[in-house]
Amino acid sequence: MTRKHILVALVQDKPGVLNRIASTLRRRNFNIESIAVGHIEIPHLSRMTITLEGDDAKVEQVRKQLDRVVEVIRISDITYENPVEREMAMIKVKASASTRSEIIQIVDIFRANIVDVSPDSLIIVAVGNQEKVETFIELLRGFGIRELSRTGTIALPRGGAGPLTIDESKPLRHVVEHVLTEEEENLPNW
Amino acid sequence: MKTGAEILCECLLKEGVEVVFGFPGGVLLPLYDTFPKYPELRHILVRHEQGAAHAADAYARVTGKIGVCLATSGPGATNLVTGIANAYLDSAPMLAITGQVPTFFIGKDAFQEVDITGVTIPITKYNHLVLDAAELAEYIREAIYVAQSGRPGPVLLDIPRDVLQTKTDFVFPEKVDLPGYKPKLFGHPAQIKKASDLINTVERPVIIAGRGVNVSRAFAELKELAEKSQIPVVTTFLGIGCFPESHVLSYGWLGMHGMGYANKAIHHSDLVVAIGMRFDDRATGVVSAFAPQARIIHIDIDAAEIGKNLNADVPIVGDIKNVLQVLNKQITKREHVSWLSQLDEWRAIHPATEVRDHEGLLPQYIIRQIHEVTKGDTIIVTDVGQHQMWAGQYFFYDKPNSFVSSGGLGTMGFGLPASIGAKVGAPHETVWCICGDGGFQMTVQELATMVQENLDINIAVMNNGWLGMVRQWQELIYEKRYFGTQLYNPDFVKIAEAYGIKGVKVNKKIDVRPAIEKAMAHKGPFLIEFVVEPEENVYPFVPPGKTLVEFLEMPSPSGSLKK
Ligand SMILES: Cc1ncc(C[n+]2csc(CCOP(=O)(O)OP(=O)(O)O)c2C)c(N)n1
Ligand SMILES: [Mg+2]
Repeated sequence: MTRKHILVALVQDKPGVLNRIASTLRRRNFNIESIAVGHIEIPHLSRMTITLEGDDAKVEQVRKQLDRVVEVIRISDITYENPVEREMAMIKVKASASTRSEIIQIVDIFRANIVDVSPDSLIIVAVGNQEKVETFIELLRGFGIRELSRTGTIALPRGGAGPLTIDESKPLRHVVEHVLTEEEENLPNW
Repeated sequence: MKTGAEILCECLLKEGVEVVFGFPGGVLLPLYDTFPKYPELRHILVRHEQGAAHAADAYARVTGKIGVCLATSGPGATNLVTGIANAYLDSAPMLAITGQVPTFFIGKDAFQEVDITGVTIPITKYNHLVLDAAELAEYIREAIYVAQSGRPGPVLLDIPRDVLQTKTDFVFPEKVDLPGYKPKLFGHPAQIKKASDLINTVERPVIIAGRGVNVSRAFAELKELAEKSQIPVVTTFLGIGCFPESHVLSYGWLGMHGMGYANKAIHHSDLVVAIGMRFDDRATGVVSAFAPQARIIHIDIDAAEIGKNLNADVPIVGDIKNVLQVLNKQITKREHVSWLSQLDEWRAIHPATEVRDHEGLLPQYIIRQIHEVTKGDTIIVTDVGQHQMWAGQYFFYDKPNSFVSSGGLGTMGFGLPASIGAKVGAPHETVWCICGDGGFQMTVQELATMVQENLDINIAVMNNGWLGMVRQWQELIYEKRYFGTQLYNPDFVKIAEAYGIKGVKVNKKIDVRPAIEKAMAHKGPFLIEFVVEPEENVYPFVPPGKTLVEFLEMPSPSGSLKK
């Protein structure tokens, strides 16, 4: 079944990581709906939230391929974990003296915020899940949208430790030591 | 304090690297100025960077150690690309080092600047542009570790000229710290249990053993599994050499040009134990009709291979040697007398390795003669085409890991430079390089490398005057509408002589054996040009879009194709 999936990944902050991830998704012909990246509480690590359309098996396949990327520490598909999802949109909408109050009403209903006011337009910030943000944008469309910017979804699974939680049970660093076993050392050329 | 170039050399030596296949250029001058200080590091000058990559690839396959190739920035780096892709598809551990323009030029389209890390993202396991000499040692360590561990593959480090020149403190990192890299070495016990339960109960099992067995050096473990539970072993094309072909349980290899009986065995089996292979389309035929009655146990070190082309009933992710060691303890002794005799019957009706009686010079005959003269004690390196398939079919591989061929990418031009890598990696082994007249000309310049290094390599050029494999498809699928496949060829013996290589031309059957013997007796490179039957076809042949059992066989004398 094809549906929207949410993949979350913990990655090392190194050049080229985003490239590799995008390249893997492109090769498998996935359309990325959004990617959001930001630092987390641990230095040199970022968290990525990728939303894309695809059937479960194909997404699982690409998840495994993404997990192969050396700089990807953990990656998980949280689609079925009832995650809390949010995205933010900034909308610059035309607002004349006659439309302004109607816009403010809509903003209130959606618990959005007006963050900038100028004589003929407003900048509104809205936060919510994708559906809510899209409905909000639709409602504003009639007034005339001048600029629109969206962050893409970020998401956290509900409840206790999530698949990306780093704690004593799942430490970040399992330092790999490259020591040859005796057997490996004695490998003949053949 | 050491320069970046010195750090590079010292790290390579510490990692056990003995040979670098390289070709210099402007940005590499600081490194080439440093090499003489490290005489233990052998530099082999190739004639084209593609040759360096293929040589490093084959060196890695033969030794199991990392193969290193080196190229300058821009065109040097892009010339490596085919070789890197080849190593990626066949999982060979290789470190490609490229010079890069100085850091202050990067991003400005400087002379000979190419974003090679960008170019090679999809064909490397790991790659980096190193911007600071102080980080170089760490990057080298990581790169080599990643290339050699887990499912092996190529990695690339791009090093700007000024990084090679910068002096810095050199500390060889004791440990590799890659929190995101976690090759899974041991299979899950519950899955292994499920696998042994199946193996202990089914009636018509088949093992399909792939290159992973060669990589993991799990020859003894595979043999134990097969013998203890009496399971016939079919290999993939790149799995050739992982199980002795003279063994009673060996039933050849599967796929498009695999043995009919191997394909039939798989088709009628009730259990496929797939070990270190990836259900490539050349191996499976129409994948939806692959082994229709069988349950699948899939053992591979790369989790991303499991379920990719075919769903597995029992997936086991782990190093094959480790997994088989545990599995072998849980399997019971079995007999599959009637199943094995069924397979023998199929082998009798579908012979695929018998050289037919024929006046003219058949490539199959030549391959068999090479087998007889060498008694199988040689490494066979091939190029890509019909001769490659015949080399797989008509030679019997009993020696572990003795077959080096470009499988996944099917790269014409692989053979000659790969034979250099194989010989350098295994200097005490006899090496035969089997090429077509087409592919030989794609990397012919490496003859000079062989001479310069005085490598004792036996080269057989199968001159059929055609891009034979493509001609065969034009004949069988495009109703003989030949176009763009006939070759005007040089005199290959004269070509060899021009490089200072001894050679003979062979047109007749009776001259085959003496020529082979002469080549082997000769120290140093030797080339035999075999002028063979021009329109011979490779059979069996599973045409594209067909299932494994819909193979065509050699037409019977009446001319019709026998199913
Ligand atoms: C670099 C490259 N280009 C094209 C091909 C497609 N191709 C596959 S086999 C083949 C013919 C090879 O001819 P030759 O080397 O003479 O070998 P033969 O089949 O005659 O034994 C071609 C063109 C390829 N595999 N690799
Ligand atoms: Mg040819």
